[in-house]
Amino acid sequence: MKLIFTLNGEERSCTIEPDEKLLTTLRNLGTTSPKKGCGEGACGSCAVLLNGTLVNSCITFAATCSGAHVTTVEGLGHPNDPHPIQEEFVKAGAVQCGFCTPGMIMATKALLDSNPDPDRSQIMSALDGNRCRCTGYVKIFEAVGNAAKRLSTSKGDGGKP
Amino acid sequence: MSDEMELKVVGHSQPKLDGLALACGTEKYVADDLPQGTLVVKILWSPHAHARIVSIDTEAASALKGVRAVLTWKDLPRVPHTTAGQGFPEPSPYDTFTLDNKVRFVGDRVAAVAADNESIAAQALALIDVKYELLPAILDPRDSMERGAPIIHDEPEAHVVIPVPYDPATNLAAACQASFGDVEKGLAEADFVVEREFSTHQAQHCPMEPHVALAWIDPRGRLVIRTSTQVPFHVRRIVSQRLQLPVKQVRVIKPRIGGGFGSKQEVLLEDLVGAMALKTRRPCLLELTRKEEFISSRTRHPQILNVKAGVKKDGTLTAFDLNILMDTGAYGSHALTVLSNSGSKTLPLYRWQNVCFQGTTVYTNLPVGGAYRGYGATQAYFPLESVMDELAEGIGMDPIELRSRNHIRQGESSPIFEALGEGRSGVAQAVESCSLAKCIELGAQEIGWHQKRGRFRNSTAAVRRGVGMCCLMQGSSIPEIDLASAYIKMNEDGSFNLLLGATDLGTGSDTIMAQIAAEEIGTEPSAFNVYSSDTDLTPFDVGAYASSTTYLSGQAVRKAAAKIREFIILVASRMMDVPMAQVSVAGSSCIGPSGQILTFAQVATHSLYVADQAQIQAGASHIAHKSPPPFAAHFAEVEVDTDTGEVKVLTYVSATDCGTAINPRLAQGQVEGAVLNGISFALTEQYLYDQRGRMLNPDFNSYKVFGAGDVPDIRTILVPSWESSGPFGAKSVSEIGINGPMPAIANAIFDAVGVRLTRSPFTPETILRALKRL
Repeated sequence: MKLIFTLNGEERSCTIEPDEKLLTTLRNLGTTSPKKGCGEGACGSCAVLLNGTLVNSCITFAATCSGAHVTTVEGLGHPNDPHPIQEEFVKAGAVQCGFCTPGMIMATKALLDSNPDPDRSQIMSALDGNRCRCTGYVKIFEAVGNAAKRLSTSKGDGGKP
Repeated sequence: MSDEMELKVVGHSQPKLDGLALACGTEKYVADDLPQGTLVVKILWSPHAHARIVSIDTEAASALKGVRAVLTWKDLPRVPHTTAGQGFPEPSPYDTFTLDNKVRFVGDRVAAVAADNESIAAQALALIDVKYELLPAILDPRDSMERGAPIIHDEPEAHVVIPVPYDPATNLAAACQASFGDVEKGLAEADFVVEREFSTHQAQHCPMEPHVALAWIDPRGRLVIRTSTQVPFHVRRIVSQRLQLPVKQVRVIKPRIGGGFGSKQEVLLEDLVGAMALKTRRPCLLELTRKEEFISSRTRHPQILNVKAGVKKDGTLTAFDLNILMDTGAYGSHALTVLSNSGSKTLPLYRWQNVCFQGTTVYTNLPVGGAYRGYGATQAYFPLESVMDELAEGIGMDPIELRSRNHIRQGESSPIFEALGEGRSGVAQAVESCSLAKCIELGAQEIGWHQKRGRFRNSTAAVRRGVGMCCLMQGSSIPEIDLASAYIKMNEDGSFNLLLGATDLGTGSDTIMAQIAAEEIGTEPSAFNVYSSDTDLTPFDVGAYASSTTYLSGQAVRKAAAKIREFIILVASRMMDVPMAQVSVAGSSCIGPSGQILTFAQVATHSLYVADQAQIQAGASHIAHKSPPPFAAHFAEVEVDTDTGEVKVLTYVSATDCGTAINPRLAQGQVEGAVLNGISFALTEQYLYDQRGRMLNPDFNSYKVFGAGDVPDIRTILVPSWESSGPFGAKSVSEIGINGPMPAIANAIFDAVGVRLTRSPFTPETILRALKRL
């Protein structure tokens, strides 16, 4: 079947299987930042924004995304023009192997979009669906806090929407 | 610390070179960039713990549209090997076949299918008709060496390639021992003796990226394998062995890796996906699902540890007797060396007057053990550091005091260093760098030891708190065995390519290697493009294991960088027409005697295009002659609910001496990741089985890995020391941190509720049983 949706601001059209998961569709389209860590919605490595809401793309049927807006880290920034959240993750040392990072960053984006000044327990709770085995999460929490500060002080210029 | 020097790049927290690309999703892992027409390979797993394959009919599967190949044991050469990616000749037994006519655990490989897509591959697996003759299975290592026990490796080919104890006829996979003094005499002289049996459980690495490998045939007919591995050069050697191809015909590429923690020191998929590519002449992808990762890949070897230890009233440690029974599961991957490291990485920590260590590893029909961060030390620190606490309690001494009086110090040695090696005797060494005393002091201060210790000893409250601590050491590389090498070339803009066999699997080693090279040459890490690893392009390195990358590969990089610096000075001295001794290097420039400056770009351009033309390039190799231990002191504060049995870690403090931290932030990250993995291992993670050896919880919903919401207040202290045999004073850091949580938490639980735990993990059930409430 045919699927038309908006991926990182660009309209995309593709053929999908009826039972295809959004993760497969995105990766088939070459958007490979969402990763398959478990395939059952338990690790968050595949997390993306679907119409602004954080979802695990490995358990989201692609067919339900017709006309939707899907955002991945590729849509936030590029190494030559990164998003502040992406920069703060690197600065804090929150990126080790990087496999969970795209999902973590999307979870952070979802959090900061709804709560620009989260405390530690709100950060912990917002990222609780995303597993990381490398960092012990310490530097990730720090990165999220730093990104929040930076985005709230530089609204409009340094901080991309 | 006479060698200590002022460092411009090393010791500073440079951002990871690949960090932004990872954060922007542009870096590529194995499965992110598939060639057109890539086939999907799926494996049929054994549903039985122990069975012989009587017949296997693949006709229906092969006939299915879209199926390109089916492989069973009949289709492949029968080559005994080990999946352990270790140096050659390996200390692990050759007891594995790519596919065999016998299965030895639930999750063993039976057959494989390559098909146009995953759904066809899955259908084809269901069409393979296998008839099994069920054999009695061993599910408890204590049964393995009983008379009349089923023999798990009854095939005649199983053998060892170095002279080490091995007897498959009695399910003996490995054994080792080391001793000095007279333990019985030491125990007799003690004022207080502890004798206990401990056990540690099976758990998994759980890298976020499961094992995955892609293989294709290049235009000249060579087999190329892009794989998520910690050991690309061992993969090349072992694939060539298993598929009977010359090494020349195999190329192994390591792209970005989604974590390993030891599990990817194992050559698990590359042979099979390579065989499929050779058979189909198409690119083939083999990617484990999370469930497959749990049931079929590798685990931490469980151990049963019997300890006897004695102490005199004045705190003299008279004797330590350690006897280990280790379960390697169905194959003997790392069966000897994990066992020997249980002794070699723990026993030298304290000045025992008499030591006896004996270990036995046996086969069972359970999932297979392998290398896992901590590598045997994790298991043995639980009894060692629990017993230290109990000895202190027994003589009425503060546990910190007993440890402080007895831990190894700068300039001291232990007979164990020489006695226990990896498949042969070890290497004698004296400890050159040790800041453990400072680690203990700073850690105790940070946790508030003296204010918090013993507060709930007489409490009857339902919820009680306690603090506990432990000391640790590990090693840095395998001395006189493991080789690292590096190659650097200079480009006309003054930039460099650093080519490494050393394998960055997410640790940030590419970045710290650039820092080491930049420091030595006199430039910035950003001047480097670092490439690791590709067996066609990068020089040999054993890979990322044994806490070796910083210490061993880092020194190879430093040596190559020193040659580059020399080369740059040579070219600059010719350009300035002055002796080399009068040219110095700083800030990516060469400075002459009268202050004249040549930038690196000018020097490199001159060398490539103008006069005395030569590529400024150098390679270097390094092996270590010792394995200097990093040290650490860990402190945990816990809260125990005596009604529910729940243990909550409130605060966890670690103080680590890793020599010079080349990149402090990345070093902290290594410690923090290891610590949380250790806490998760101590409290929640475990393999659960039914009576037929089938894992009951192979998924993240029922195998509980700590998430962001579970994280205690983790505080990380790095305490410098200077190890002159390492690059700029560095030792290792990545493994040691995982060893602490189990004993530190157990000791904290004792402080809170007064019971000694001897079995892990510390689930509510374990706690309630220990409290005699169940």
